[in-house]
Amino acid sequence: MVYHILVKPASYEYHRAHDLEHALELLGELGEDAKPLAGGQSLVPMMNFRLARPSALIDLARLDELRYLRPVGDGLRIGALTTHRTVETATLPGGFGVLSRAARWIGHYPIRSRGTIGGSLAHGDATAEWCVLAVLLDARIVLRGPRGQRTVPAAEFFHGFLSTAAEPGELITEVVFPSPAPRAALTEFAQRQGDFGLVVVAVALETEGGHCRAARVAAGGVGSAAQRLPAVEQALAGAELTERAFAEAARAGVAELEPPEDIHASAGYRRTLTATLLRRACLEAGA
Amino acid sequence: MTWVGKALARKEDHRLLRGRGRFTADVRRTGLLHAAFARSPVAAARIGAVRAPDTRAVHAVFDAESLGCADVLATLHRPEFVSTPMPVLARDRVRYAGEPFAIVLAEDAYTAEDGAELIAVAQEPLEALASMCAALAGEPIHEGLTANTFLDVFPFEDPDIDRVFADAYTVELEFRSARVAALPMEGRACLAEWDERDEQLVVTVSTQVPHQVRTAIAESLWLPERQVRVLAPDVGGGFGLKCVVGREEIAVAAAAYRTGRAIAWSEDRVENLTASFHGHEQRHLVRAAFDEQGRLLALDADIRCDVGAYSVFPFTSGVEPLMAATELPGAYRVPRYRARARGIATNKPPTAPYRGVSRPQIVAVMEGLMTEAGRVLGIDPVEVRRRNLITEFPYTGVNGITYDPGSYTESLDRCAELLAGEERGPLRGIGFACFNERTGYGTEAFAARKMEFTPGYEIANARMDPSGTVTVITGTSAHGQGHETTLAQVTADRLGLHPDQVRVRQGDTEATPYGWGTFGSRSAMIGGSAVRSAADRLADRIRRIAAHLLEVTEEEIELSDGKALGRDNSITLADLARLSHFQAHRLPKGVEFGLEVQAGFDVSGSGTFSNATHGVVVELDPETGAVRIPRYVVVEDCGTVLNPSIVDGQVRGGVAQGIGAALYERLHYEESGQPEVASLMDYLAPTAQEIPDIEIHHLETPCLFNETGAKGMGEGGTIGAPAAVLNAVNDALSHTGVRISEIPIRAETIQRALEGACTIRT
Amino acid sequence: MHDPHLITITVNGTEHEVLTESRHTLADLLRELGYTGTHLGCEHGICGACTVLVDGVPARGCLVFGVQADGREVRTVEGLADGGELSDLQRAFAEHHGLQCGFCTPGFLMLAEAFLAENPAPTRAEIREVVASNLCRCTGYQGIVDAIEDVAGKRAGAADTGTSRP
Repeated sequence: MVYHILVKPASYEYHRAHDLEHALELLGELGEDAKPLAGGQSLVPMMNFRLARPSALIDLARLDELRYLRPVGDGLRIGALTTHRTVETATLPGGFGVLSRAARWIGHYPIRSRGTIGGSLAHGDATAEWCVLAVLLDARIVLRGPRGQRTVPAAEFFHGFLSTAAEPGELITEVVFPSPAPRAALTEFAQRQGDFGLVVVAVALETEGGHCRAARVAAGGVGSAAQRLPAVEQALAGAELTERAFAEAARAGVAELEPPEDIHASAGYRRTLTATLLRRACLEAGA
Repeated sequence: MTWVGKALARKEDHRLLRGRGRFTADVRRTGLLHAAFARSPVAAARIGAVRAPDTRAVHAVFDAESLGCADVLATLHRPEFVSTPMPVLARDRVRYAGEPFAIVLAEDAYTAEDGAELIAVAQEPLEALASMCAALAGEPIHEGLTANTFLDVFPFEDPDIDRVFADAYTVELEFRSARVAALPMEGRACLAEWDERDEQLVVTVSTQVPHQVRTAIAESLWLPERQVRVLAPDVGGGFGLKCVVGREEIAVAAAAYRTGRAIAWSEDRVENLTASFHGHEQRHLVRAAFDEQGRLLALDADIRCDVGAYSVFPFTSGVEPLMAATELPGAYRVPRYRARARGIATNKPPTAPYRGVSRPQIVAVMEGLMTEAGRVLGIDPVEVRRRNLITEFPYTGVNGITYDPGSYTESLDRCAELLAGEERGPLRGIGFACFNERTGYGTEAFAARKMEFTPGYEIANARMDPSGTVTVITGTSAHGQGHETTLAQVTADRLGLHPDQVRVRQGDTEATPYGWGTFGSRSAMIGGSAVRSAADRLADRIRRIAAHLLEVTEEEIELSDGKALGRDNSITLADLARLSHFQAHRLPKGVEFGLEVQAGFDVSGSGTFSNATHGVVVELDPETGAVRIPRYVVVEDCGTVLNPSIVDGQVRGGVAQGIGAALYERLHYEESGQPEVASLMDYLAPTAQEIPDIEIHHLETPCLFNETGAKGMGEGGTIGAPAAVLNAVNDALSHTGVRISEIPIRAETIQRALEGACTIRT
Repeated sequence: MHDPHLITITVNGTEHEVLTESRHTLADLLRELGYTGTHLGCEHGICGACTVLVDGVPARGCLVFGVQADGREVRTVEGLADGGELSDLQRAFAEHHGLQCGFCTPGFLMLAEAFLAENPAPTRAEIREVVASNLCRCTGYQGIVDAIEDVAGKRAGAADTGTSRP
């Protein structure tokens, strides 16, 4: 990393949006360097370090219309300003329990109380739980912008290191989890509990008898963005629902991964962790 | 009934719990300017002129030349030490990334940072020497150094030692400990202002050593010490980081002196991690000779400490290497000893005496050697320790230190017994660390280091006001240790008062006697003794007055429950105090005016040794390598316990820092000298999830050199934990054949060891 | 909307009308208003020393801009005691040696205050997990966990017997 010495944000213009239309209007007016401000739990630390220097912030806090959890058909729509804590403590429709369980891994209680699902997706950290789950469960990310509304599948949303498909002037308004995942789990490993995981994995299994008919697998911390792991999915397809089979599939599936390396973990350690966490997640999901 | 020994609730808590403490940054002034520092982005460079930003938002910018301060010089008077100046702001050359070269003043801290960001300086990069290896091979980073060693000392020689090793079982160990940060929750902070009426520069500083800060500022500005007043208000932790004087504090004081404005600076966390003081980066190459019964015959050590780019005031860069070499034998009988110790200069921030100072390292080394000797010789490692511990006191060691009585074997046996029922096996290990800790270094003990500024003694004033309440004033300077409570307990007992009637005052060079502050586990032992002596002296005067008034002898007077009791009569201390001040004509002839006394205290010889055994159970996650600590036991002996809950709190907090150093904390640098750890996201200070409940048992071998019987105990927790955890992890890894001798022990390292073992087995 | 902004913020029941610059954090704004019990330990959301309650929800004061608190109710450590009379939580911190230097303490108190309001009968493991939100360098956390556990137990006891909270 580049050595910097600042822990106070640079100047910016603060704007408060009254409602969604106003927010979009402000985003359009203020140009590319303006950023929406949701819970601020990712953006503000980056501003304090002056790694992010938006010219203006558009505070979305009054947009209560974006705080909701709503079933839609088989699926679940979550308003972008819904906090992690709300998801963690909500009684969710059947098959969506993994969202609550996964939310517990996010940071710490005060962070979860303020941080939002939309903010987390917009930030796009590879090891953010929502990013991994969105990729896992084929979530659709709903954006509103100057050209109206569009929906981007999670698979196409995360472009790389803290980079997403959101265009300037666009705002995430909602994330839609299209179908329930009754046999899904997310797990991760961090050196201290509450830190960003070195690796985060999530699995969703479809089972039949004692076998895994199909599996979806996603991980964060193994590349520059949250991603599916097709090799593991293939290895799991048809596997028995046993620890041994999970372990074998996981081991085989991670062989080709080339995770990043930093002061906290080597690539090899991340690869090993991925296999371990995959087995654990499968066990939890298959149970 | 005595107050000493009671778990009295702390007097400090009432204000701190309501947010009514007064920390340095809480002090407000009208017209206050805030300072920020422009710091070098690279680890080594020649620098040219500093160009101030062209913005009206910035009130003033000073560089080394315009600030005009004398360099800071910390000196050891020994031929093996090279004294090198530390400029208050870098001049001509920067020697670590983060070194300040200009100070910016503005109306608020945000604007000051804007200014710091815009300051430019011409740089011509030099090769950065960011490791001890690179430094030993590279060009000296200071003029006057012939090699990058501030100190290279052979304090203990033994020409015959190789012969001993030739005929013995030899155990070798290469131990390394990472650079860590003390990480007080309050970073460094200061506020300086010129007081026109007193003709004084008044500097409020978050410090452990107000008088030493005063000296550094006065000398740097060529002022007599009278013209500098240093105040230490509530201090949010120090752990040694704040027992040295920061160049930033001097620069802020100088800027206030030059501008006539009040100027505040609060270190931010990035500065705290990358540009203040670090500690504990050491590498020990040690061999030990044992006979077949596991008796230690000789010890041979090569100790290298990466002390960073400058020698800190007042302790110098010699503090870690000298401590390590002198204290290595620890609680054990070592018949023959040879040591070389070096303080190596690198392009990294300087090091301060962080909690434990080299003892976490030397205890890890000794306890590693004992454990390994047990393995090699097939003897229970606890038994190996038992055979080598000092058992007869006083004991004068090969290092010239005389050890006062302690409970070394008893603490070891007790700890081993407490953990006797714990299961051991692959992935679950038990580790011990049995050690002593020299505390209460008096002047004589410090003089052996040959410091220009030799600490040691302490002075206390005690005065009773006309309403009969007492103020005790000392030069020790608490920053979380609860002196307002413990020193009140000590005083209350001597005067027959309730501790609520005693107020303890510290942290003001104008109000307190000259003092050395709080570090090195000295305050209860030395400062507490000075307070007790002062209280006794005040009690003597009160007895003399009371005897006269009650018409009995002084010996007959008892001070109890706020009264002076005679034979069948008494006078309240409030009445006596009132009378002593307002009706002095009724005092006995010859008694001094007022109820105010002073007493000093010092320890001669080697000081006093606390001791402890830590025993820890660890469980390893077989797949991730993560370490869990299901049980942690401390059996400690710090002599007479003044306040058990404060003592336990020191132990617990110390152990937490030791566990942090053992498993998590590491300030990593790139080869170029760039810090890779600059935030609390990357500096893994342990949270409540990483620190277990700590079970504490006390033994009590009172100190013989003071009347309170208390020994120091502020650092023991930090000293013992790394060794105990390291031994426990190695025990849990014993089936793998891997032995780790580096801290922090990273989960990845454990995982690799376990994976290797699996591969071998299959 | 240019700096500074005129906002209204209620702190511990007292309404303040104040001019604030966009970039000033809530923690700094509170300190400027004289609520210096809110301490800054890292300014990047990890240490939690600046934890306050915004409309009852715990927030890192360094990750919220003061201007965002316009129209909000903020509670700080200064609002816990009733005059000089410590709250049960504050008393428990003193009794269990849950503080030493006291710098992180306001953050832990506000964290615990919010947590116990949401979860009045937590297990020790739940308490430990929440205490892990903030950093303390002095205590080793045990006294803090003990204090919160004690308060939870006493409050539960008081609720069972129908007496009001002490």
